[in-house]
Amino acid sequence: MDTQQQQQQQSFIQGAKVLMVGAGGIGCELLKTLALSGFQDIHIIDMDTIEVSNLNRQFLFRRSHVGQSKAKVARDAVLRFRPHINIRSYHANVKNPEFDVDFFKQFDVVLNGLDNLDARRHVNRLCLAADVPLVESGTTGFLGQVTVHVKGKTECYECQTKPAPKTYPVCTITSTPTKFVHCIVWAKDLLFAKLFGDKNQDNDLNVRANNAASSSKETEDVFERAEDEDIDQYGRKIYDHVFGYNIEAALSNEETWKNRTRPRPIYSKEVLPESLSQQNGTTQNCSATDDDSTVSAMPLLGLKNPQELWGLTQNSLVFIEALKLFFAKRKKEIGHLTFDKDDQLAVEFVTAAANIRAESFGIPLHSLFEAKGIAGNIVHAVATTNAIVAGLIVIEAIKVLKKDADKYRMTYCLEHPSRKMLLMPVEPFEPNPACYVCSKTPLVLEINTQKSKLRDLVDKIVTAKLGMNLPLIMHGASLLYEVGDDLDDIMVANYNANLEKSLSELPSPVINGSILTVEDLQQELSCKINVKHREEFDEEKEPEGMVLSGWTQSPATNGESASTSNNENEKAVDVTESSSGPEMASKKRRLSETQPENDKKETENVESDDDEIMEIENPVMVSKKKKRVE
Amino acid sequence: MDGEELTEQETALYDRQIRVWGANAQRRLTKSHILVSGIKGTVAEFCKNIVLAGVGSVTLMDDSLVNEEALNANFLIPPDENAYRGKTVAEICCDSLKDFNPMVLVSVEKGDLSARSTEFFEKFDVVVIGYGSLATKKAVNEKCRKLSKRVAFYTVDCRDSCGEIFVDLQDYKYTKKKLEEKVECELNFPSFQEAVSVPWKPIPRRTAKLYFAMRVIEVFEENEGRKHGECSLLDLPTVLEIKKKLCEANSVSESLVPDSLLERLISGTIEFPPACAIVGGILAQEVIKAVSGKGEPLKNFFYYDAQDGKGVMEDISNSFTS
Repeated sequence: MDTQQQQQQQSFIQGAKVLMVGAGGIGCELLKTLALSGFQDIHIIDMDTIEVSNLNRQFLFRRSHVGQSKAKVARDAVLRFRPHINIRSYHANVKNPEFDVDFFKQFDVVLNGLDNLDARRHVNRLCLAADVPLVESGTTGFLGQVTVHVKGKTECYECQTKPAPKTYPVCTITSTPTKFVHCIVWAKDLLFAKLFGDKNQDNDLNVRANNAASSSKETEDVFERAEDEDIDQYGRKIYDHVFGYNIEAALSNEETWKNRTRPRPIYSKEVLPESLSQQNGTTQNCSATDDDSTVSAMPLLGLKNPQELWGLTQNSLVFIEALKLFFAKRKKEIGHLTFDKDDQLAVEFVTAAANIRAESFGIPLHSLFEAKGIAGNIVHAVATTNAIVAGLIVIEAIKVLKKDADKYRMTYCLEHPSRKMLLMPVEPFEPNPACYVCSKTPLVLEINTQKSKLRDLVDKIVTAKLGMNLPLIMHGASLLYEVGDDLDDIMVANYNANLEKSLSELPSPVINGSILTVEDLQQELSCKINVKHREEFDEEKEPEGMVLSGWTQSPATNGESASTSNNENEKAVDVTESSSGPEMASKKRRLSETQPENDKKETENVESDDDEIMEIENPVMVSKKKKRVE
Repeated sequence: MDGEELTEQETALYDRQIRVWGANAQRRLTKSHILVSGIKGTVAEFCKNIVLAGVGSVTLMDDSLVNEEALNANFLIPPDENAYRGKTVAEICCDSLKDFNPMVLVSVEKGDLSARSTEFFEKFDVVVIGYGSLATKKAVNEKCRKLSKRVAFYTVDCRDSCGEIFVDLQDYKYTKKKLEEKVECELNFPSFQEAVSVPWKPIPRRTAKLYFAMRVIEVFEENEGRKHGECSLLDLPTVLEIKKKLCEANSVSESLVPDSLLERLISGTIEFPPACAIVGGILAQEVIKAVSGKGEPLKNFFYYDAQDGKGVMEDISNSFTS
């Protein structure tokens, strides 16, 4: 680039107004690199506050900043070495109404450094509506990628299906777990929720102490603790109920176990001798009004190393002790707690419970460190990948400002070289003509219009699958449902009533062949859904009781790569998704030498002899885990 | 606290990266000692990364005084003339780096790297030379190789929006997991001297052109007695002459080294911040791998060029001639 071109580039940069969404791992590196590169007008949105675990890579933050707004602290830190540029920080959720299309329109380019699919989709739609180019990115461990999305020229972020967060059929969690993650979900969303969470919430855990022989006997909720019931005794009662009685009850159903390994019931008296409750006088002696949010069961039991694998006895001790500590020291919180990965006692309890259940079902046990990662959906992360990705983002941003469309690239940062490349640029795809987000293709919904309610449609399809925040549903001229601040009571009552009706019973009946219009005004997204009535749905394969289709699947979404991609905290999804696959005629990309190999297929894990650590991938992607069992 | 186990503080701070490379690797990192010489944008990025990763110590060598130019692409230097006047680049960067991770020992070593004795390098596990001259790179590499302790050796050079990393881990043994089995692997790295003197003719055509271009620039700067980056477009005729001679000596066509690339490298001596982040990131990853003993190392050159967006590994040694 000669001097004149350099100067021209600099003037594009200096005159640009840039929006950054996210001030975390990628955000810190990105803000720094933008500032060094000569950008002078940067806005940054982030709703989070700083935590200790951020400090290993979010280098603009210090220990003294824990608890403060990421966006604000990042801004202050960068102004220290570039004091004369303009940085505007917003400590807010990018989904807030203030960030509407007009807000987005003021920027020349939007740069994402997000960690969840939901927000990414939202920003994608706003960028399309505002016609502002978007540079997307993601990292997980050593993998990373940067993609460019320009309306009309390239795919939008949603042109290729991003797999939704993995959910498990209820029966797998409650009755037939086969993987450790199933045990974690049980321990976290069922047991922990039942014991310490909102009592009014629905819960699939069997709580009745039914005697199978006489169903007419008075049933009591085992989980209700009597006023002065001894905590240790209560703990054992719960233990015996969920690990003993419930398992025996499940075993009585022969059908379930015809082709499955039978679990074994475990009772506290066989694992923990009675005398232990006297030895652990520490918790008994504590006043019930003590309030200590940093209590932990591990030190009381002499357990120091979170990476250590506990046996059944130790897990059982932790289970009882943690439960006791909740009642002894955190009584006020019981009934209001939700699982938080940074709540040490909650993590201990869930780990222990999951492990005991795993033991029962013959599933390998896991350390607290591993269990915490799975239960907390923790994404492993390092500074270097974020730094590399930030550099790549700025390079693409500059191309976008110069409107150098031929040079736009999707770049993949690989852990192992593919055809000698650690950084692999690929030409972007053209927009997918069948994308319901940027190309307005109608979707097809198969649903039982007589049984499914409007509420199911709103929750499972409109909100979850279509990612709409403030939806509006119309059938012809009839407004079936909408969300908003400006609705009067009559309208709200009307909509609430509609939610409880089955589709075919709605004021404007939705039946086979009906076409629904679903809109989100903030995202300026409008979809048409063709409804097809279907009587039956497979409980295992179609647990939701409805199937949405109509957009073209991404070529590489076979079982394998789909499962290595994303979840709530998804990062380098497309590293595997964009790999080999049939080319569609409309796609611009040349197959040439730029095929990233499916990294995950190679299990070349370089480890030293005594290392036990496996790469803990996204927790829901357990099938890809390469763990060596001790 | 210097026990075998990671402290509670370390475990909490390094949680997310321990999930990437494991606790044992993290332990090894906290015991490692890194020497870094020559600090500009890319090396500043590198230092930030390894400090965050939690190495044991980082020793900085760069006696150049802070000036306006040093501020470009180096976010470790606050733009306050009162703060940096009279101080060396190493001194200012040292203060900033300590801030990123108080658990890492960051210090300054003054003087000329090439004048150091062989024993000097024994204190370190890793030596990184940024923007070094051909002579310095050769001399230090030789000293590192003389030691019985294996000292990992790296060079890094960024010009315009390109970057080169060189790796020498000598004889490096590690285990790889292949199809549920553990396989013993060994890589033999050529010395720096060997790697830059490889005859060009047998080198595969598709090798990154940057390899050859950097060799031309190296020779130019050595012949003319220039410091790193002390060149401009005015030197182009001389550089092209050198290229011609080298190509002739190697019996290869001059088209092997595009003139346009050489032009870029000598006129764009200011680093491009995004390239600094990328090359500094890759370099840090490599050092972390070598220290922790986890991960297949890059062998033995890495090239990045923002113009085509590729980051490639090139394996260049005398084995081509055999």
